[in-house]
Amino acid sequence: MLFGRGGGGGRPSRGTVYDPGRERRAEVKARDLLRAVAGERAHAMYRELGFLVVRPRPAASEAAYGYLIYPHRSIVAFDDRDGSLISEYCVGFPDHTDPERGTRLPDADDVLAKWIALTGDERRLLTDANMHLPGRQVDPSQARRDLRRLRAWEARERREERMEAAA
Amino acid sequence: MKLVRMKPGHGDVLLAEGDPEVAEEEQELIDAFRRQLDQGMWAAVPTRGNGGRREAEMVRDFSEVPRDAEQVIFFPRAAGGQ
Repeated sequence: MLFGRGGGGGRPSRGTVYDPGRERRAEVKARDLLRAVAGERAHAMYRELGFLVVRPRPAASEAAYGYLIYPHRSIVAFDDRDGSLISEYCVGFPDHTDPERGTRLPDADDVLAKWIALTGDERRLLTDANMHLPGRQVDPSQARRDLRRLRAWEARERREERMEAAA
Repeated sequence: MKLVRMKPGHGDVLLAEGDPEVAEEEQELIDAFRRQLDQGMWAAVPTRGNGGRREAEMVRDFSEVPRDAEQVIFFPRAAGGQ
């Protein structure tokens, strides 16, 4: 048994026992919940890219922007027209009710919590978050690279849909 | 209807399950719902928007949960980070 990963923000927490097997099982369950709630597409995106994207409802906003959701890191807002980075929203979901288990949700649960909060009440989540310029937690070059990976992933998805429709 | 909660070291755990149309089971769901809110949890119901788009609806009281909802998900409230 190792110690660590119990505190908020991924910092080790004294007194919290880190059990890799337990954490792995929790992550498997968390991914199942992600699939059940956010859908197969979101599950595949997280599995293949390591992050999720949320875009506001088309009818709700004229603005073309979106959010990259990383596990236990900031939410990165981006301009969907040119891929420029707008801001970072630092937010976590620490659970203080069971110190033995630590405060940190499994990675997929953290991603799903952000997805739920953004799709359910974007304004409320952003109000609770601390806003920073890009680069606070997520390297801007990595975020730009992830946006390129996202575009390629979505282009491949569209190609596959067209092929299925034609078949 | 199932009430589930995200938990560190667990993944999701089932808190309660019942038919809200059955009075006794509805009360158990309401009690479980309130306990989670008392612990500072947020609650959300998965939904389908226009075109089947997956979304979630945040709820603050059991009365806001659609009667036909299959699942209510609880998770710790958001806290601003560094």
